[in-house]
Amino acid sequence: MMTEKELIIIGGGPAGLCAANSAAESGVKVLILERSPRLGGQLIKQTHKFFGSEKTYAKTRGFDIAKLLIDDVLNLSDNIEILCDATVVGLYPNHEITVYQKGIYQKYKAKSIIVATGASEKFLAFENNDLPGIYGAGAVQTLMNLYGVIPGQSIVMVGSGNIGLIVSYQLIQAGVKVKALVEAAPKIGGYLVHASKLRRLGVPIYTSTTIKRAIGKESVEQVETISLNEKWEMVPGTEQIIDVDAICISVGLSPLHQLLSMANVEMKYVNELGGMVPIVTEEHETSYKNLFVAGDVIGIEEASSAIIEGYLVGLIASKRLGKSHPNYETLIQAYHDQLTNLRSGPFGAKTRIGLAKLRGENHA
Amino acid sequence: MLDKTGIALPEQVLSRFPKKEFLAKAKAIIECYQDIPCNPCQTSCPFGAILIGDDINVQPKLIVEKCTGCGICVTSCPGLAIMLAKTEVDKAVFKIPYELLPVPKKNEVWRAVNRAGEVIGDALIDSVQSIPKQDKTYLVTVKTDLNLLYDFITIRSKDHE
Amino acid sequence: MRIEKHPILTFEEKKILHFTFNHQSMTGFEGDTIQSALHANGIKKLSESIEHHRPRGFYCAIGNCASCDMTVNNQPNVRTCITMLEEGMVVLSQKGKGVL
Repeated sequence: MMTEKELIIIGGGPAGLCAANSAAESGVKVLILERSPRLGGQLIKQTHKFFGSEKTYAKTRGFDIAKLLIDDVLNLSDNIEILCDATVVGLYPNHEITVYQKGIYQKYKAKSIIVATGASEKFLAFENNDLPGIYGAGAVQTLMNLYGVIPGQSIVMVGSGNIGLIVSYQLIQAGVKVKALVEAAPKIGGYLVHASKLRRLGVPIYTSTTIKRAIGKESVEQVETISLNEKWEMVPGTEQIIDVDAICISVGLSPLHQLLSMANVEMKYVNELGGMVPIVTEEHETSYKNLFVAGDVIGIEEASSAIIEGYLVGLIASKRLGKSHPNYETLIQAYHDQLTNLRSGPFGAKTRIGLAKLRGENHA
Repeated sequence: MLDKTGIALPEQVLSRFPKKEFLAKAKAIIECYQDIPCNPCQTSCPFGAILIGDDINVQPKLIVEKCTGCGICVTSCPGLAIMLAKTEVDKAVFKIPYELLPVPKKNEVWRAVNRAGEVIGDALIDSVQSIPKQDKTYLVTVKTDLNLLYDFITIRSKDHE
Repeated sequence: MRIEKHPILTFEEKKILHFTFNHQSMTGFEGDTIQSALHANGIKKLSESIEHHRPRGFYCAIGNCASCDMTVNNQPNVRTCITMLEEGMVVLSQKGKGVL
């Protein structure tokens, strides 16, 4: 049986929720499909106050932002239907979707689709990297901040991007000893204020250092680190063994592009955006008409950007369906300005270069 | 240095301190050394004493004369990169953000810690403030010896050693 | 390994749920995933890899990586990191690809 819908949004994280909000306010009937048991994506486990500007909820803690965004969507329940525990397992070029929910497969067809699947954590190759006790940094956040369970008593963090730095701080808040943070690059990757926060709490930060291997039988017991030279080669003799019962890997995210690839949307590998991303127009439309994307699935950024992109794409998709938001022009301009502002500093360079690469090809 | 270790250099720290004569009253010391997209310090300041401008990637600047030492920016900064500093006869008085357990209590003596995480002396807890607006970031007033003025950054419980 | 006190979060007291892991009785809380309940019981090794029988724990916690797949109530390949714990669940380490 095929259920027909006006707009289906795949993913109930910040981008998906904000897209749903814009679309519902434009008068479009929306169905949100979320694979986890609850809405909010990765925001629900962010205990830190957010950076950015007031418009993207700066200085509000992430889980409180999630509550605000979810409440906004629930208040528009006349126009928004939500399915949680609903994994999209098939996305087809004719706007058909197969959904798996609690043992049952269902088919949907939508006039328009917004893919807001977000990203997944990258992994790292090293000896014994499959031992239990080795977690993605985001997974540790989920375990601690959502379920109130700590991953271990002492830990080494691998990677100094914002996630690695923030999760290290959150581990300390949860009572876990962070014995070291190692970073393969010669410089700290994330915001230095986060690094300083850790350092003053006594966490050593070792740049030009990586993990050589994990040691343990059934689960992690120790970690061996090693220094890297300018050519990123391991320097023998610099090994250090640290007793830990958990290792946290935070070496970046890659867009969850698999559904788009399945639908045969035109894709491109753009390193600066985190991996395979769909080729899109300025309006965030993929090579298939009325198949839009928003958030990390089109390039890894902060949640603030996903929020704005969500609002933006929700408006655009709705207009295509013949339902323009009453303040369409003003809002579009405002969201574009906010994105430009967020991306204009040194930390936005990666996104700027990535998007230029993506669009350069597109226009060629 | 800072971008390898997370420890700001002494000259970086000094650049964020106003001249000594201003420190008879508490002033914000804003240790944000990097252009990141963020501006709650500017928007939270009721006195317009912190300047970033329209481009939120610019580092904040303190207009010392306008700063009243109210401490609102201290608990508003998502990076916990702001504290207040003031000098008394032979003491330095700080207001710092704190988000760990246990929460310090008035009159307790904690360790004074520097930017490298090393213990540099004692810190007397003078007051602990937590109002809903601070959203669980405690504002802790501590006193240390005056010679720790440029080195002190946070406190550590004596039980945590 | 439950967090008892946290400076930012409050973990409310929740209803206790009973389940078994490899025939051993355990408890978790309502609102736990199978995986978080196991972790709270100190269980890090969930299953074994298919070919080399190496121990497997969870990695991503968002239902993406399949490292936490287990057999739950006779159903194999359940993503235990996004499946909520239910009263009386029978949770087994999975060896091999699983049989329906």
